[in-house]
Amino acid sequence: MKYYIQTFNKYLYLLFNLISKDFKIKYRRSILGILWSILNPVLMMVVITAVFLNLFKFEIDNFPIYYLTGSTIFSFFTDATTSSMTSIVGSGQIIKKIYIPKYIFPLQKCLFSFVNLFFSLIALVIMIIILKFEVTYTVILAPIPIIYILIFSLGISLILSSLTVFFRDIVHLYGVITTIWMYFTPIIYPENILSDSMLKLISFNPLYHYVGYFRDVVMYGKIPSLKVNIICIFFSIITLIIGSIIFKRTQDKFVLHI
Amino acid sequence: MNDKIGDICMNSVQISNVSMHFNTNKQKMNSLKEYFIGLIKRQVDYSKFIALNDISLNIEKGSVVGIVGLNGSGKSTLLKIIAGVLKPTKGKIIVTGVIAPLIELGAGFDMELTARENIYLNGAVLGFSKKMIQSKFEDIVDFSEVREFIDVPMKNYSSGMVARIAFAIATIVNPDILIVDEILSVGDFQFQKKCEDRISEMMKNNTTVIIVSHSIEQIERLCKRVIWIEKGILKMNDSTDIVCEAYKNS
Repeated sequence: MKYYIQTFNKYLYLLFNLISKDFKIKYRRSILGILWSILNPVLMMVVITAVFLNLFKFEIDNFPIYYLTGSTIFSFFTDATTSSMTSIVGSGQIIKKIYIPKYIFPLQKCLFSFVNLFFSLIALVIMIIILKFEVTYTVILAPIPIIYILIFSLGISLILSSLTVFFRDIVHLYGVITTIWMYFTPIIYPENILSDSMLKLISFNPLYHYVGYFRDVVMYGKIPSLKVNIICIFFSIITLIIGSIIFKRTQDKFVLHI
Repeated sequence: MNDKIGDICMNSVQISNVSMHFNTNKQKMNSLKEYFIGLIKRQVDYSKFIALNDISLNIEKGSVVGIVGLNGSGKSTLLKIIAGVLKPTKGKIIVTGVIAPLIELGAGFDMELTARENIYLNGAVLGFSKKMIQSKFEDIVDFSEVREFIDVPMKNYSSGMVARIAFAIATIVNPDILIVDEILSVGDFQFQKKCEDRISEMMKNNTTVIIVSHSIEQIERLCKRVIWIEKGILKMNDSTDIVCEAYKNS
């Protein structure tokens, strides 16, 4: 254990460097730069709001905020996992040449998405101000679901990044899976249109709980119960443990397949 | 970070009964479809390629060892095992001290970034701290002679310039073990001389050096002991004159 912490400390600076590299490369070439990361969710929100309010006539108060809170959390998850998935394969050139703890790469992508999440959150704050939405003091609890989903995303990322080394077609499948996953998470539709059986099924979806938690503290001024917290922690920790085990068991074989 | 743990131990590298097998069939199985077809067919027959077969050797601290052998004899595989990139299929390897692997220079360079950014990035890849890179930054720039272009993206560099920066970064510390794989063939004559001088300097500082080269003259000039690998088998492990003589006559 002590050894692990030592190596992690040694490569902490590398992790920081890799994330700042991602950052520089992402924003170097565009004129609006970082503004895009704020503008993008806002534009998406405008489109989705226009489509769903006119087309489906859902009855949700403050639909723009409802959508934005859900999509911010969900996009962070898809962003982190999708970019992590190819992180090992994509870093083949380094892994083949030099010893580096390999979990650095999925961790790098997750944390980079985490940095981007802050820009999306800025977009959310801006919309809250513009729409004069009243938030209560519970909003200070917002970091909690964000930490939960970060841990959950890291677990999924570890699983996906190691499996992708052996089965490249997961990359193509995962796009479909995240789309299905999105429809199984109440992001664009209200929870109350779901039937009881459907609601039961959806309660097995960890993202349903994270999104719900985030909305509770940001929109509805509710403090989630202990039960909700335990469910969220359970999903996060279990996923991280499974991810770590799969990653640890397969990491020595990565170099033979990339 | 440059702990001299090696001082306690006589051997820098201790390799006992190391074998490396590559499973050539499995490696091509990259998709789920192929995997399931394989499962259904119960495909158990696969061809095994033995890159290294039961190699045992010790490399003493402070010695300069050359590795010779034809292409595909397993030299680079052995170096990668020593560097920790590959895990051997069988056997055990104990490495004492900090390794500077010059297996391929510039691992982790990102050509979109400037040389300055890449020096920090590559230094971090090699496990150096920020403080250390900062303190050696000027040395790296001086050694690689790229001062005027330091803030130009690396994609505009010539390959010689890239190699110079990479070599300069990899050798800023005095490592306990330096692994050199054919890299002295990059760059012009002057730079090659500079690299050899830097390596000789390290040898004086009690660094263990492991060199792979196809240039027998270079090996004869630098090494005291030579290991000859042929088809994954340790053929000879003796003083330079004896092995080089036999190798040339084979």
